[in-house]
Amino acid sequence: MALLEIKNLHAEVDGKKILNGIDLTVEKGQLHAIMGPNGSGKSTLSYVLAGKPGYTVTEGEVLLDGENLLAMEPDERAAKGVFLAFQYPLEIPGVASMTFLRTALNAQRKRRGQPELSTPEFIKRVREVAGKLEIEQEMLRRAVNVGFSGGEKKRNEILQMTLLEPRLAILDETDSGLDIDALRVVADGVNRQRAPERSMIVITHYQRLLNYIVPDVVHVLSKGRVVKTGGKDLAHELEARGYAQYQDEAAA
Amino acid sequence: MNVEVKPMKTAAELALANTFAAVRDRLPGGGPVAALRESAFRSFDAHGLPHRRIEEWKYTDLRALMREAKPLAAPPDAAAKARAKAAPCPIGDVECRRIVFVNGAFVPELSDLGALEKGLTIDSMAAALAKGDPLITQHLGKVVASDDAALALNTALMGDGALVHVAAGAVVDRPLHLAFIGPDKAASVFARSLIVIEKGARAMLIESHEGADADYQVNAALELVVGDEAHVDHVKLIGEGAKALHVSTLLAAIGAHARFNTFTFTTGGAVVRNQMFIRFDGAETVAGIRGATLLQKRQHADTTLIADHVAVGCQSRELFKSVLDGDSRAVFQGKIIVRPGAQKTDAKMMTQALLLSDRAEADNKPELEIFADDVQCGHGATAGALDQNLLFYLKARGIPQKQAEALLIQSFVGEAIEGIEHAGLREILMEAVAAHLSARG
Repeated sequence: MALLEIKNLHAEVDGKKILNGIDLTVEKGQLHAIMGPNGSGKSTLSYVLAGKPGYTVTEGEVLLDGENLLAMEPDERAAKGVFLAFQYPLEIPGVASMTFLRTALNAQRKRRGQPELSTPEFIKRVREVAGKLEIEQEMLRRAVNVGFSGGEKKRNEILQMTLLEPRLAILDETDSGLDIDALRVVADGVNRQRAPERSMIVITHYQRLLNYIVPDVVHVLSKGRVVKTGGKDLAHELEARGYAQYQDEAAA
Repeated sequence: MNVEVKPMKTAAELALANTFAAVRDRLPGGGPVAALRESAFRSFDAHGLPHRRIEEWKYTDLRALMREAKPLAAPPDAAAKARAKAAPCPIGDVECRRIVFVNGAFVPELSDLGALEKGLTIDSMAAALAKGDPLITQHLGKVVASDDAALALNTALMGDGALVHVAAGAVVDRPLHLAFIGPDKAASVFARSLIVIEKGARAMLIESHEGADADYQVNAALELVVGDEAHVDHVKLIGEGAKALHVSTLLAAIGAHARFNTFTFTTGGAVVRNQMFIRFDGAETVAGIRGATLLQKRQHADTTLIADHVAVGCQSRELFKSVLDGDSRAVFQGKIIVRPGAQKTDAKMMTQALLLSDRAEADNKPELEIFADDVQCGHGATAGALDQNLLFYLKARGIPQKQAEALLIQSFVGEAIEGIEHAGLREILMEAVAAHLSARG
């Protein structure tokens, strides 16, 4: 069975139709890239999968391991292994990073019937991952994302992903706002997480990221539909020729 | 033709007048104290209970909220003392010297009066009033002048409380915990305390007000003198029983180059009015005036503050947070006054309300009254619901709704609690917040 099946998904925000019948299947262990021009519905798709309030599904279904994902609360989805790396990670003043990470990790472990991690185990684990992502210990002592630069926030998302070990990671424009060095650190972090049991959806506007994170499948989204699916070469073709041709196709 | 309309007295006002007439000769204190009571009662009687047309009481109409005045609580009997002894301490195992008042009366056998630190004197207010202690003559009713009606009523009927003196330069290591335990039946308590911390001394005061699930009334006042260069922390916990009416007043006069922090944590009581009249008399003092209020059901809590900057170059930070569930209502009225001589005053006041229910109400009224021209003053007020985007972020990481809400609420309240210098108390209060939130279900 495929890990994720999206069938004829229609969704709207504030009464505005954004997704107009998306079909997409992600097998276990695959990395799919979703590309497309601004406004094509890439971020909306990621929010619908994570369960953000205000995004209304009007038609179609989404199955995770054959289960109806859309019927679950966002925290249930997370416990089932869905992780969304936010395009704009939020600042949570007053909530210490370590408290946040620990609460999240233990909440998920509890749901899965696993024991909570002990404090030393947890701290060791966070330090190890943070080190690889070049996240300073000092940052972890601050409140979640407060005072972090754009790049630091993105690395913090990858830190969370690594700790939470999702089965389906959705990375929404994780490359936006990163300089080339930070991009490499983030891409390495993502690549280290690729595994036979873990699938990923990487949403990006530019092909650049896909030089570092090589996808198995590339989809082009336009006006809320998948208008083209291909291999990794499709990304190069898009870089060379732009999205214009697909925008016309979707309109037709 | 103009006819002066005198409103009819309410049942509560009549009962208070009767009570005063009946007990005035039995209340502790000689001639000067009796005169003080008499004049306070006359002042109260002329205006009656404050009501919504009195600006300072606009949001807490005591005349309407206090339908009847309960009889004065009897001194605690053995059963009341046993009950007080068995009651859990609201500050847990924080190391302190506990001084206990039951039904408003000092209970020496439940109090820890052994091995007092050098320079520390503790007495019961009733005893001090009776013997005319010089501190009483010098300070009582004079620390901060106020014509507040609730305070006048307290002065008229004050029974017992604490009289604490910390000599110049003395360091009181153990926090002093004044534990007020209310009556377990429909009765009223008028507690009055006077605390004088002399020059350069260091002390921490914890004042807790707790009680049973009875229909009782508390009117407590504390006068506090903080000398020059003294360092004083004051933490007040209002955790009265669910049916209680609690009115309390802090009157504080702060000297020069002092450090003063006060924090009020309000979780209990049906109707609470917490008023603070704080005056900065000496130059370059640094003060934090903070509070957190967590309400549910039909609770009503009013925090009214006047921070009066008289002297030059003082800094004050005012931060009040409220978290409102159910049909509860929180009121914050805060006024910073900067007198003509108080140049270089640096005062910032913020009040924030978090509404967890559509039916909850927050009334925030911050005010600045500035008569000096070289000052930095500001105020802000916010009221709103939990941020849905933050909640989604937390839930997207697997944190269930209630836990995510609790995390955000704790961080909201935590910002105010962080201002408390005592780490153990900060922890106790954060735990109390967590317990309050888990009780939300």
